[in-house]
Amino acid sequence: MESTINNTGAGDAAIVVRNLRRRFGRQQVLNGVDLACPRGEITTIAGPSGCGKTVLLKHLNMLLRPDAGSIVIDGVDVTAIGERGRDEVREKFGMLFQAGALFDSMTVFQNVAFPLVELTALGRGEIADRVAETLKAVGLQGMENKFPSEMSGGMQKRAALARALIRRPKILMLDEPTTGLDPTRTHQIHELVRATQRQFDLTAVMVSHDVPAVFEYSDRIAFMHGGKMEINGPVEQVMAAHNEKFELFLAGKASGIDGPPAAVAS
Amino acid sequence: MIERLGAVVIDRVAALGDFVVFLAQALFCVVRPPYKFRLTIRQLRSIGAESFFLVALIGLFTGMVLGLQGYNTLRRFGSEGALGTVVALVLVRELGPVLTALMITARAGSAMAAELGSMQSTEQIDALSVMAINPIQYLVSPRVLAGVISFPLLTGLFDIIGIWGGWAVGVGLMGAPGGPFFNGIRQNMGGHDIATGIYKALVFGVVVMWVCCYKGYNAERMATGVSRATTNAVVLSSVLILMSDYFLTSILL
Repeated sequence: MESTINNTGAGDAAIVVRNLRRRFGRQQVLNGVDLACPRGEITTIAGPSGCGKTVLLKHLNMLLRPDAGSIVIDGVDVTAIGERGRDEVREKFGMLFQAGALFDSMTVFQNVAFPLVELTALGRGEIADRVAETLKAVGLQGMENKFPSEMSGGMQKRAALARALIRRPKILMLDEPTTGLDPTRTHQIHELVRATQRQFDLTAVMVSHDVPAVFEYSDRIAFMHGGKMEINGPVEQVMAAHNEKFELFLAGKASGIDGPPAAVAS
Repeated sequence: MIERLGAVVIDRVAALGDFVVFLAQALFCVVRPPYKFRLTIRQLRSIGAESFFLVALIGLFTGMVLGLQGYNTLRRFGSEGALGTVVALVLVRELGPVLTALMITARAGSAMAAELGSMQSTEQIDALSVMAINPIQYLVSPRVLAGVISFPLLTGLFDIIGIWGGWAVGVGLMGAPGGPFFNGIRQNMGGHDIATGIYKALVFGVVVMWVCCYKGYNAERMATGVSRATTNAVVLSSVLILMSDYFLTSILL
């Protein structure tokens, strides 16, 4: 089954990746990846361990630079511009890291206010208002003065999500937002991501291991295997396409790039 | 086998280059806006002010032992009057900058490497990058600047308390002549000696902050990563302090 990449349709693409290649030492981790994330939709990148999903996400948020290929974010080819241009593009993102990556010496308020304090000229009152509003949107109102170490994993993720949303970004990126959470919290986080995506009209790109549950909360699936995009398209289309590797993966029998090929399920 | 040797050499040279580029970026970010005054002041407090009592304590005991040893040695030549000169010159030119730097390394340098290392392993440094905040400007430059300011000041503190300690033991306890103690210092110590001590302190300040921040920033993202980074930071800083001390002394003498 070939990949289906939808550049046209409901919205134009907020992110377009073409033929992305990256190697680490001797390992070709990204082997010509193509991806298009339409505006206003949630795209979930899934795949077996070692397929390169997190490396792909790190290219999208520009923590890594590719060896070859192009990444166009909101119309700007970030592989062809300098650092200042990239900083301008970064202003459009919010990123939720796997463990939250909250600054542990600061309170929730200070963490969530951080991007506003450092990067904008807003006054203290305005910042306080925005923080309160955003904390309310993620269900953490009243938690301003807690430190990350005083909160559960789920609450930390919500605080980190608030920090990612505080500047009302156009694009939200999430790295395994529910890994390590119990089923109830997982459901809550998925609901929260969906709700905030709708509320703030974001484009969301999510790397997740939580399949197939996460597909309920996604508009598109991008399934990677062996450093390439195996199949990519709206959720219903991908599920109906009966892609062999994808079905093996869902059934728990897929092999990553570091394992022997599995027997085909009958 | 030659290939492997070559690969190791290339790796080491690349790492060395990375190390130097890190310092260059940190120094550049000190002078580039946006300036991080509040962060620098916070670092001044944790590197400088919080090392105050430790430096004073070590300075006192170093001065005291110099007074003791100095008196015992000089008495053999009947030169007890030179005690003040000896204590002061040894402290100001050598032991002051070196021991102060070693103490601050042990205290603040290790904490800095551990802090940056654990930030790295919990992706906090990546979080800064993704927010379009230069992590070197935010984390490293304030520390380097704070080091450059605090090291000479703390060295001065060490020297003053050390000289007093030397007087207390040499004159007060051992009975060396009191007048010649300070007269000797007045006559034999000049601006050049003090300047030597300050130059050394400045260099040590940059070196220690650079090494400790670099090791923390580049800690491996695993459980042993932070502890290894901290250990390496303290060891490498100490070695570089003592090695550069020789070269600085030979240049400045």
